[in-house]
Amino acid sequence: MYEGVVQDLIDELGRLPGVGPKSAQRIAFHILQADPADVRRLAHVLTEVKAKVRFCKVCGNVAQDELCRVCRDPRRDPAVICVVEEPKDVVAIERTREFRGKYHVLGGAISPIDGVGPDDLRIAELLRRLADGTVTELILATDPNLEGEATATYLARTVKPMGLRVTRLASGLPVGGDLEYADEVTLGRAFEGRRLLDV
Amino acid sequence: MHVAHLSLADFRSYARAEVPLDPGVTAFVGPNGQGKTNLVEAVGYLATLGSHRVSSDAPLVRIGAERAVVRAQVVQGPEGDTERRRLLELEINPGRANRARINRSSQVRPRDLLGIVRSVLFAPEDLALVKGDPGERRRFLDELITARAPRLAGVRSDFERVLKQRNTLLKTAAMARRHGGKGADLSTLDVWDQHLATAGAELLAHRLDLVAALQPLADKAYEQLAPGGGPVGLDYRSSIGDDALAGAAGREELYGRLLEALTAARRQEIERGVTLVGPHRDDLVLRLGPMPAKGYASHGESWSYALALRLASYELLCADGGEPVLVLDDVFAELDARRRERLAELVAPGEQVLVTAAVDDDVPGLLRGARFSVENGTVVRQ
Ligand SMILES: Nc1ncnc2c1ncn2[C@@H]1O[C@H](COP(=O)(O)OP(=O)(O)OP(=O)(O)O)[C@@H](O)[C@H]1O
Ligand SMILES: [Mg+2]
Ligand SMILES: [Zn+2]
Repeated sequence: MYEGVVQDLIDELGRLPGVGPKSAQRIAFHILQADPADVRRLAHVLTEVKAKVRFCKVCGNVAQDELCRVCRDPRRDPAVICVVEEPKDVVAIERTREFRGKYHVLGGAISPIDGVGPDDLRIAELLRRLADGTVTELILATDPNLEGEATATYLARTVKPMGLRVTRLASGLPVGGDLEYADEVTLGRAFEGRRLLDV
Repeated sequence: MHVAHLSLADFRSYARAEVPLDPGVTAFVGPNGQGKTNLVEAVGYLATLGSHRVSSDAPLVRIGAERAVVRAQVVQGPEGDTERRRLLELEINPGRANRARINRSSQVRPRDLLGIVRSVLFAPEDLALVKGDPGERRRFLDELITARAPRLAGVRSDFERVLKQRNTLLKTAAMARRHGGKGADLSTLDVWDQHLATAGAELLAHRLDLVAALQPLADKAYEQLAPGGGPVGLDYRSSIGDDALAGAAGREELYGRLLEALTAARRQEIERGVTLVGPHRDDLVLRLGPMPAKGYASHGESWSYALALRLASYELLCADGGEPVLVLDDVFAELDARRRERLAELVAPGEQVLVTAAVDDDVPGLLRGARFSVENGTVVRQ
């Protein structure tokens, strides 16, 4: 245990995803020894990001305004929605330049172990978007791991009565991994080769 | 195949150990508690990514160290031009993901090591195959399945993961019911059923194939070890019911049967908060003559049975191509003179045989070969 504020810093850092106690300590001492201007800049963007960035009212992606960049763009095809788990997946797919439709960010995947059920995800919002019949294809681009697959199956079953074309990214993505770890070429190919999901 | 060099860092009692090995028989001899089993355990770990003695990785790392590293130079094919050498490295990090390298390339997952080192390990713990819980026998089958078809390691871990998710969902629902809630959200149960049945059917299909292939080999091995003592019969008992199993041939059909069984058990599962049907509830009944070996067979018969199962595994792996390393950890001391001789005869021709014993006299004469003395954490060639 360190004294007062140093320990507070370590504790706060340790609460971040992927940061264990050892890393938290290392980052804390890095900050302690860093140039004061660098640290002020870090503190500034941390406050800014919380004050300025919001989540898109329509799709749940990160946004500077009510709507995100994709939802504001009139050239994007409103008939196709690609469903992803996190905003970082939107970034990964945008990099491929393969997809011209819109997105829907669920905010995670179904996982009882983590206490996440369908009600904890933005599924009701998705169903509302599908209600008016504009959307004709739903691409399920949840992660290629068990929870992502289960979420895709659940969504496909839920929207089945609506008679949409429901597709899943082609296999070939690194199994068990995150979407974001796939390189652009692989992810682009997975998009092109997407298959109908029959449940 | 054989292991040409084994190297350990902070594995079990070894801070470091370098052990050059040859094909043929090698015996490790030394007093109790000096690290003989630790050596062969490392070979087994490369083959199965697990220890035959403990279920968690923590005890494998030397007290006070953070991680253990096991390296092995593995040679496949006949010596000379057509042989293939590979350097396998596995870093064991308890509580975190292990890391693997093949020929210094780190573009591999630990799972990719499966199927390279193939081994059949005989150990005093094997008695639990016959006398222990069904879990011992399931593990025996599943380890053999992954040795023969490494791809199944993925199916096994998928199955474990679905099971954990589904059990958590059921448990949460059961608790909510008990506390008078309106019942938790079970809308995703059908989805988990579907995924459980998919992975479960694949695992089940492989287990059934394996049991069918092992049966005649185990019977033959038992007859060799204890002439006239058999016959030996292996019956796979499934939690979906033997009738359901009887008619189902392939994976597709087993998938259907598993789903039906899950539907039939659903009410009870929600009440109890746990998955009641699936390969994780199955057993392999070992019959000796008309009786199950468990609860009926004598101590000596149980031993012969366990050895027969290992010998059958060895035969099967040989038949697949690529002879596995035979590891005999402290088994001869447990056997009477006759079975000792028989076992020695059966394993002596193996491409590589690693034997451990506390005293020289416990190594049968037939298994004379290279000899290391193991004492105080040092391994010295005699
Ligand atoms: N993680 C560990 N760190 C340090 N020492 C360990 C660790 N795990 C086991 N040991 C030590 O290793 C020794 C056991 O080694 P091993 O099981 O290889 O003995 P052995 O030579 O096979 O003995 P036996 O003849 O009784 O079977 C014990 O003394 C134990 O304390
Ligand atoms: Mg031992
Ligand atoms: Zn948006």
